[in-house]
Amino acid sequence: MSLRGRVHKYGPNVDTDAIIPARYLNINDPQELAKHCMEDIDPDFAARVRPGDVIVATTNFGCGSSREHAPLCIKAAGVSCVVAKSFARIFYRNAINIGLPILECDGAVDGTDAGDELEVDLESGAIRNLTKDATFQAKPYPPFMLELMRAGGLVQYTKERLAKTAK
Amino acid sequence: MGMTLAEKIIAAHCGRDIVRPGELVNVRVDFVMANDVTAPLAIQEFHKLGVERVFDPRRVAFIPSHFIPNKDIQSAENAKMMRTFALSQGAVYYEQGRAGVDHVLLPDHGWVLPGDVVVGADSHTCTYGALGCFATGMGSTDIACAMATGDIWMRVPPTIKFVYHGRLSRWVGGKDVILHTIGDIGVDGALYCAMEFHGDTLGELGMEGRFTMSNMAIEAGGKAGLMVPDEVTLDYVRQRAKREWRVFEPDADAEYQAVREYDVSRMEPMVSLPSSPANAVPLSKAPRVEIDQVFIGSCTNGRLADLRLAAEVMRGRKVHESVRCIVVPASTDVYLEALREGLLEVFAEAGCAVATTTCGPCLGGYMGILAEGERCVSTSNRNFPGRMGHVRSEVYLANPAVAAASAVAGRLAGPEEVLQ
Repeated sequence: MSLRGRVHKYGPNVDTDAIIPARYLNINDPQELAKHCMEDIDPDFAARVRPGDVIVATTNFGCGSSREHAPLCIKAAGVSCVVAKSFARIFYRNAINIGLPILECDGAVDGTDAGDELEVDLESGAIRNLTKDATFQAKPYPPFMLELMRAGGLVQYTKERLAKTAK
Repeated sequence: MGMTLAEKIIAAHCGRDIVRPGELVNVRVDFVMANDVTAPLAIQEFHKLGVERVFDPRRVAFIPSHFIPNKDIQSAENAKMMRTFALSQGAVYYEQGRAGVDHVLLPDHGWVLPGDVVVGADSHTCTYGALGCFATGMGSTDIACAMATGDIWMRVPPTIKFVYHGRLSRWVGGKDVILHTIGDIGVDGALYCAMEFHGDTLGELGMEGRFTMSNMAIEAGGKAGLMVPDEVTLDYVRQRAKREWRVFEPDADAEYQAVREYDVSRMEPMVSLPSSPANAVPLSKAPRVEIDQVFIGSCTNGRLADLRLAAEVMRGRKVHESVRCIVVPASTDVYLEALREGLLEVFAEAGCAVATTTCGPCLGGYMGILAEGERCVSTSNRNFPGRMGHVRSEVYLANPAVAAASAVAGRLAGPEEVLQ
């Protein structure tokens, strides 16, 4: 699957309070949450983001709270993929579980500026910066993660697993 | 080659003799929890699984904790949804007025125990590691699946060993030790890793100080923060355990990703300056900034020992006229005991706002929200920009004695500065 969009770039340790502040945690609707995505560190983000856009950040993206509202609101905002040098552990799991593609790639992060056009091939992990005409290779997913993603996330995967054991 | 504490517990929960870091395994879970913020999403996902019942209702808990008593209609709807589901499942549930901050309540009531694998839809689930269990935070979808199946996939984390030597000075406790550690290794210093805490220093910390340390493992990116049970742990557990437990110890020849040693005998109270828990400096090097608010509470420092410490500083003194000091005992049990001991009276006499249990102020969700430009000294665990309110407000993380002293002084201050 190939994704394409413009880059919104952030630094290290973008925490989940920055992605979606706790004052909105009484909201469960992803579309409503998306209106406040990145609000405190990038007030124009929700207005600026277009379907397919890519978030690029340096290290430890999504640190802090376990709130699944964070990847949910990024996905609902139309972001097709998050590329970072590293992700906080819980955010990593949450993103895979809810079907928000994330890739770890140092080169792509260093070789990308805000506003660049990126093309991402999830299967191969190839990240192409169309603006700068450069290609980077993300770390491959472990086979189990690919299986999870192919199933359509953890709920679908577990559902299939439960159906198998019930037989 | 032996195994670390985390590896031992994980191996015992996936039917293996040995597990190694990096392996993906499916582990049986002993306990699963969610709170009023994370449960609604988890319940939504649970229903999609096509499962009627949770795997074992006595091993699944729903704890109203974050926005209680309900702060608005939407929170009330969420709390209602959680309560309805919990009661229909016969799951562990505590109503508001009997509940508490989830990570204080569950160990205090003996639901989480040594040797367990515990997963919770809250990042501070790692708190329970102080009991010698493997406890880790996850998102709502993971928790929904664990509630249905009683197991979860995880990657066996590498373990970093932290060894603390020396006797802590007066006014220095678990909070200072963990802030110093996070300051040393950074907010991603233990990313994807288990932190295993050791050393003679831990021996003299009560369970409360130990929970404080394990609680903040996540602030270094850690997956879990474990301690080996000793007599202090077992005394605590024996009085409350709801079921059998098992003590695991790391092997002497366990392989660690790194070992870090600290001499804490000369450690001062630590303060994490805005806006990262890793900005930890000794109190003597912290700027004496004027403050607007103090918060004493949370899953980090809202336990009885914390309130005693704060009351010791505040007894017979007044909160500075330009400061709001909010004291939130972290559970109904803590509240009641603090009431009986006269601590709540000390706080109220001093001019504190003493509230019933909630996580609210810590996450800027409810009660004690900061305005633009305001500064707060907080005993909680995070000081990210906007964590407790306006994005241009500031949070200084500290232990309860420093927080209480700051409330009296009207600026960041240590207990010795106000006790003179």
